[in-house]
Amino acid sequence: MADNILEVKNLKKYFKTSRGMLHAVDDINFTIERGKTLGLVGESGCGKSTTGRVILRLIEPTSGEVLFEGKDVTKLSKREMRHMRKDMQIIFQDPFSSLDPKKTVSQIIAEPIRENRILTGKENIERRVLELMETVGLAERYINTYPHELDGGRRQRIGIARALAMEPKLIICDEPVSALDVSIQAQILNLLKELQEKLGLTYIFITHDLSVVNHFSDDIAVMYLGQIVEKAPAEELFEHPVHPYTQALLSAIPIPELGHRRERVKLKGEITSPVEPPAECRFAKRCLECNEKICKASVPKLIEISPNHFIACPLKQQEMGFKI
Amino acid sequence: MVKEDKEILNIEDLHVRFETEDGIVYAVNGINLKLGYKRTLGLVGETGAGKTTTALAMLRLVPDPPGVVECRKLEINGRDVRDISADELEQVRGKEISMIFQDPMTALNPVFTVGEQIAESIEIHEKCSKEDAMKKAGDMLELVGIPRQRANEYPHQFSGGMKQRVVIAIALACNPKLLIADEPTTALDVTIQAQVLELMTELKEKYDTSMIMITHDLGIVAEVCDDVAVMYSGRIVEQGSLEEVFGKTMHPYTEGLFNSLPNIKNRQAKLKPIHGLMPDPTEIPVGCPFAPRCNYATEACKKAIPELKCAGGTHLVACSAYERDPEFRIDRSKKNG
Repeated sequence: MADNILEVKNLKKYFKTSRGMLHAVDDINFTIERGKTLGLVGESGCGKSTTGRVILRLIEPTSGEVLFEGKDVTKLSKREMRHMRKDMQIIFQDPFSSLDPKKTVSQIIAEPIRENRILTGKENIERRVLELMETVGLAERYINTYPHELDGGRRQRIGIARALAMEPKLIICDEPVSALDVSIQAQILNLLKELQEKLGLTYIFITHDLSVVNHFSDDIAVMYLGQIVEKAPAEELFEHPVHPYTQALLSAIPIPELGHRRERVKLKGEITSPVEPPAECRFAKRCLECNEKICKASVPKLIEISPNHFIACPLKQQEMGFKI
Repeated sequence: MVKEDKEILNIEDLHVRFETEDGIVYAVNGINLKLGYKRTLGLVGETGAGKTTTALAMLRLVPDPPGVVECRKLEINGRDVRDISADELEQVRGKEISMIFQDPMTALNPVFTVGEQIAESIEIHEKCSKEDAMKKAGDMLELVGIPRQRANEYPHQFSGGMKQRVVIAIALACNPKLLIADEPTTALDVTIQAQVLELMTELKEKYDTSMIMITHDLGIVAEVCDDVAVMYSGRIVEQGSLEEVFGKTMHPYTEGLFNSLPNIKNRQAKLKPIHGLMPDPTEIPVGCPFAPRCNYATEACKKAIPELKCAGGTHLVACSAYERDPEFRIDRSKKNG
């Protein structure tokens, strides 16, 4: 039996807008095994960040279940949730706006420790702060500096130290390296990987960068307009992408090598609006393979086409002989 | 080598510094650049390397004060733009050289329609009537794949990818001879990025435009550029054709950039980041600026700045390791074990 730390069932988050309901996250399901990384990829507006926030209940879900170690997070009271958040932390994308500019590095890292009474006593807390700084590779001399004095890489290390302060089991990394230069990006990715091995952490890695997600994840779920369209182990997904959107996405990555100028899977048209979307495949309008009769008949279901490889494309499912 | 009179751009010994209250920021420290007609040069480097400042200096857009630009030559299409009047400069910008800025969300004026914004430069440069300019603006929109009816809409009514297309339409409206694209697709999603890059390459070929593509993404360089110049701390550290720089990487910094990228074909490969940070531009070190982060550096590297020297063909490299040891090589095929 796989030890699933997190199970997300039929999760939905709709936002009310003047033009109707915006389906930001629309009925998504996935599980993550303890100690593994799930990559959540997609383009801007696909609902990947909202999914991360809904799991932590930073935004309340519209419906669905989020089972963390078997307990439904969505049904917890505020107080229970506060306790639960120690186990589930988040690292934000922008290290420039997610840190309080008026606090020093040590105050920022100490805050969650003090607030949640993980440790008491000034000395204990200070010792823990130094320990955390060492863990994330921040030199002791930065302890009394302010975020604006540091570069993006170091600021992101503070964000990681603050998340680790709670000794979490699961960390949601929301585009943790997108704002950083490549050489710094690699430093942070290596740090996150080391921490995972050392502390047995489970990650949900949210990103739009496919080469990063491939490097970092065990499983990858590709999102499009609030839904998961394909999910598979990283290697399988990169080698045998089946959903036309995944294929287009993968072929769009520019590869930094000679002789790689290649044919792209082309996309057409404009993106379907996530406000009151019709009951059909949301990718249909941009898909060159779209078959009006099959693709616009109903909302596609995520079906397992080979072990652990799921797709939500009625056309491909039918080609492969699955009943839809 | 390309002949002297065949260059759209010729910069010699460009220095840009910003004299601020907190000290002098040395942004660009002695750059020589030549670009042949119809060529595309990729200007690569990380934040703070001086890529954008170099581009702004070409257009004479560096704010003064605090910016101070010094150079021996700054020729665009054979004409030195350093000491021409503001009126003449207006003629050069947009007509001879134009720029696509990084952020399409802020590059457009929110209170004018996109049609008006494209027509503006056509009206100035082609000296035509407003109606003709608007008609040409409609043509430009169609060229970048936007229906001309949308010319009367405002920027907020467009998506990010569409806005960037509008910015491209503005830059190309007067068929400039040199186009500078500053991270034109960084703010866009990959599928949209692919479409925009394709469009730019297509238009560039159609109008025989030369282009400087400023980017931090080596993948984009491999896709669209003929030549590459790698910048570090306000200098060019390696330069050459795409084949030379990507196929026979010579500078340790370029190697470091490649090793920092996740390898899409080998997901087990461990990333080898460059340790440390780029030097503070207010306190440039005496020796090679990359020496503190370089795995091959010796004491000698910290004493003198290596000059950019020819390493065969059009390949230039600024690294003293090659002078000390003629056998010195960087082997990227060993990358990632």
